[in-house]
Amino acid sequence: MIEASGLRKSYRTRRRGKVTVVEAVRGVDFSVQQGAIFGFLGPNGAGKSTTLQMLATLLRPDSGDATIAGADVRRDPGEVRKRIGFVAQTSGTYLNSTGRRDLILEAQMYGASRATAARLADRVIESFQLKDFVDRQIGTYSGGQRRRLDVALGVIHSPQVIFLDEPTAGLDPPSRARMWQEVRRLRDEGMTVFLTTHYLDEADTLCDRVSIIDRGRIVAEGTPSDLKREISGDVVSVDLAAPDTAGAPEPATVLEAAKVLAEQACVESCEIIEHTLRLYTDSAATAIPQIMRALSAKGIEPGAIETRRPSLDDVFLAKTGRTLAD
Amino acid sequence: MKHVRDTWLIFQYEAALQVRNPVGVAITLIQPITYLLLFTPFLKAVMDVPSYGSAFQVYVPSLFTATGVFNGFFAGFALLAAIRQGVVTRSRVTPVSRISLLLGRLFMHALLIEFQAIVVTVAAVAFGLRVRFGDLLLALVLLAMIVLLSASVGYALALLVPNEGSLGTLINSIAQPVALLAGVLIPLSVAPLWVRDVAYANPFAWGTNAMRSIFQGDPGADVVWQSFLITAVVATAAVILTSRLFNRELA
Repeated sequence: MIEASGLRKSYRTRRRGKVTVVEAVRGVDFSVQQGAIFGFLGPNGAGKSTTLQMLATLLRPDSGDATIAGADVRRDPGEVRKRIGFVAQTSGTYLNSTGRRDLILEAQMYGASRATAARLADRVIESFQLKDFVDRQIGTYSGGQRRRLDVALGVIHSPQVIFLDEPTAGLDPPSRARMWQEVRRLRDEGMTVFLTTHYLDEADTLCDRVSIIDRGRIVAEGTPSDLKREISGDVVSVDLAAPDTAGAPEPATVLEAAKVLAEQACVESCEIIEHTLRLYTDSAATAIPQIMRALSAKGIEPGAIETRRPSLDDVFLAKTGRTLAD
Repeated sequence: MKHVRDTWLIFQYEAALQVRNPVGVAITLIQPITYLLLFTPFLKAVMDVPSYGSAFQVYVPSLFTATGVFNGFFAGFALLAAIRQGVVTRSRVTPVSRISLLLGRLFMHALLIEFQAIVVTVAAVAFGLRVRFGDLLLALVLLAMIVLLSASVGYALALLVPNEGSLGTLINSIAQPVALLAGVLIPLSVAPLWVRDVAYANPFAWGTNAMRSIFQGDPGADVVWQSFLITAVVATAAVILTSRLFNRELA
């Protein structure tokens, strides 16, 4: 349904008279199957939105190709626009308009007559349950209501592909859960969903497939469970801050502990995140005693030890050496 | 046909929102009346004319051009607001005609300014201005064309300097000399010769002169058709260039 190969985009920015070229997206490839929820996961500034804008014909790629529902983004942007819906990160509505007014305009912009547009608006008002507030001014909506209206606007013409840029950014937990429900419903109705997110749990629970993007390049691609399986075993986090003291441990202590633990046979790799060591091990059950022994041999007292199954953040860390939470 | 339909669509949506904004409507009404009330007494004294009616005969047409120039140049702020709120992006991902996104908004500004001009005229007629209905219609058509030109320039400036703070300063420093050289505050007939020569290159100066001829009951004067022609040509060029700027990054 979506094929992209070698997409690139760089910007020129001018700061204090100096022109610098920022390579926002540097050669991105992926393909999305029909009826999937495809997640583009990455930290802020990784190139997610830029890629999305190129797919949605808002930005001309410097090079590379993309085809959406059979239409070429460069050669036939008009055809692409008919087949897709796009919900940007910032809402696309005036605060003093009403939801219904904008829904009708949206359908008319896709070529519907006034009467058809009113009918299409009624349909999404029903399916997204907007009835209680749709005739009020948009400025009075809650964050979750406004976001639901945004998505309803994006799909009013029943597109084959819907692009959602950070659909749950800034929403409270109940509104996020609600939005996930709506996204799954769109997928179940046969739409292909392409979304960007910087939330791990969203990529993990909502997406059928995930591409992890960092600094304009895709660093990993697959189903969330496949990606996590690549990181074998358990993750052991060792927090070196003593539980009853306020201060963080000496940086030298952290480095020494990391060095000692990385030498242990049971530890595959070790990453330092502030005063916490994240250790990748075959099995936490056998690794923890060894870790404790090695640390006490050096006279280091860990504040807390925690073990868990690998998450997508561990995948990101393994591929980039940084964590998404930074 | 699609361009016309889509332009109408954007125009009626944007215009309806303006009408629903009571503060905006109040400002639109109060602004020209204030000008009229404060400036005409000066003009009457300076020009040494017998009545307010004859002062209005000179000042109302130039007020038409002045509101056209100033409001048009400042129209870019509305575009920046639409861009900031994501309204422009949202319409750009739809198949709606690209030029309609610009034209629909320009016509919305033209409508607002026509409305102001009508308010001014009604107020001035109450104080003694005399103008034939047909002449007034002709002046309103010319005003709409002037607004298409000035609002295109205003949009282009906003796209080039997308920062509200600097944009205000920039517009002021351009609009003031343009308005002076259009003879909207002080008639160009009292200006030195070299200023009058410079004003020949200002399409808005032609507009002011044509407006005065129309209001003096002489719509057949050469300056009227010349002004229509010049404004039409320059406005078309401005709309085309601004449209290029507006759509430059799109696929």
